[in-house]
Amino acid sequence: MRKLGTASKIYMILIFILLYAPIAVLIFYSFNDSNSTSVFTGFSLRWYGELFRDEATITALKNTLVLAFLSSIISTIIGTIAATGIYYSKTRWYKNGLLTVNNIPLMNPDIVTGISMMLLFVFVGTILKVSGVLGFATMLIAHITFELPYVILNILPRFKSMDKFLVEAACDLGCTPRKAFFKVTVPYIKTEIIAAFIMAFTLSLDDFVISYFVSGPEFQTLPIRIYSMTKKRVTPDMYALSAIIFVTVFILLILTNIAQDDAFRERFKKKPNKRRATS
Amino acid sequence: MNNKTYNGISAPYALWCVVFILAPLVIVAYYALTDSTGAFTTANLSGLSLYTDTIARSVYFGIIATAICLVIAYPLAYFISKTKASKQKILLMLIMVPMWMNFLLRTYSIMVLIEDSGIINNFLVSIGLNPIHMINTPGAVIFGMVYDYLPFMVIPLYTAMTKLDVRLIEAARDLGASGFQTLRDVIIPLTRSGIVSGITMVFVPSVSTFYISQKLGGGRYTLIGDVIEMQFQTAYNYNLGASISLLLMVFILVCLFIMNKFGDIDEGGSIV
Repeated sequence: MRKLGTASKIYMILIFILLYAPIAVLIFYSFNDSNSTSVFTGFSLRWYGELFRDEATITALKNTLVLAFLSSIISTIIGTIAATGIYYSKTRWYKNGLLTVNNIPLMNPDIVTGISMMLLFVFVGTILKVSGVLGFATMLIAHITFELPYVILNILPRFKSMDKFLVEAACDLGCTPRKAFFKVTVPYIKTEIIAAFIMAFTLSLDDFVISYFVSGPEFQTLPIRIYSMTKKRVTPDMYALSAIIFVTVFILLILTNIAQDDAFRERFKKKPNKRRATS
Repeated sequence: MNNKTYNGISAPYALWCVVFILAPLVIVAYYALTDSTGAFTTANLSGLSLYTDTIARSVYFGIIATAICLVIAYPLAYFISKTKASKQKILLMLIMVPMWMNFLLRTYSIMVLIEDSGIINNFLVSIGLNPIHMINTPGAVIFGMVYDYLPFMVIPLYTAMTKLDVRLIEAARDLGASGFQTLRDVIIPLTRSGIVSGITMVFVPSVSTFYISQKLGGGRYTLIGDVIEMQFQTAYNYNLGASISLLLMVFILVCLFIMNKFGDIDEGGSIV
């Protein structure tokens, strides 16, 4: 392999500077003493203090975490079971149909997914003559819906390398189908289930567009709070919030990377021949 | 376990799909074809002609932003795929970190930079230059799209390039192809699947965005997403909003269909 020239290295560095400059600037100004968003007057942690005294933001943060946990757990459970069923289904039209529908939320623009779900909830609300249907429940349903396709697509490929007679052997040896699923299938696809859960969780944390349309006034998440804060001229506590989110994301990504590395190495160490033969 | 059991355990998901994916789309069509009293009408669809400019602008901005992303990301992805394996992982992670930061905050940070009295202009004034007007221009909106969605282009391109067999490039060079010929006849055709998914992943959110145009365009360059957002959040004309969404959805699906055709040619092409 040829080594990279200096010009290409400079190009890479320039793009990375472009990617990180706005974020760096935000973090820098989050430590600004005055509330100017462009003149630096001195170092202080004032805006971090203000941020944590802002009750609406703290509530939004709690809501975001609760919603992300619940929705990703439910979507991982439904998705894992559904992926198993879809992979082994021999009913062609059913299998292909489900996989096609599974792709719809992935292809549709978020705004269309958002308003379509909102219209469904509003429609059901008018039929049942209930006003103010939008709230925690609708947010939960919407988040589960857009996470499910990712969960399923994360897990499906793993079955390709799984010996299909493993489950049959377990059943022949006296396992009920349910027991075989928990004792054989689930341990085999464990890593993918965890990866799917993490992905669903981060998608839920990050989502703004879909949440924006299906949320009600009494249940707001952090991205919605950010949206309403950036509607008017904002104070640097927004910057402090960005800095905290950036550092958290950075640490989380490093941790999952390390975890994935370990899982990968472990799998290769345990059964090096098997993986290579089947994949 | 037999086939019936397997179909049985995916049934809850199938039901979920029908109720929360298919039914909402039917309801969008229903709202698009009725008026506020629920009577059938095509007024919402014919009313779309008022938004021809907006739709054209969205598509135009989306195409330009996607093209810029492709031009920036293609060499970047190639260079990353040519670095040492240990370094590749770190570089890829650095591409992904901004992606996991909320796009509202990223867009907002650009606004802080390019405002009339923003950081860049303050800097220019402090070193004795004239400030440049950048915000609320079409360029600012397109820059925002490029900045927000660039990682979506880099990742699929990088994936396609890691699958590229270096020996094919070497063979092309040995047989006398110039650098440009190698790029045109070997590298680009072999990374077509990455190009296709990169284009889709940038174009779809760019065309349908509403926050970027609000913040960086100052509301002067309304896009199709802005119109939808307005109908649902401030004007409360769900029927008109639904018809615009229906149009957007059909447009995107047609684009994806065409793009997939391109991707398929690659898979069944002359590589093997």
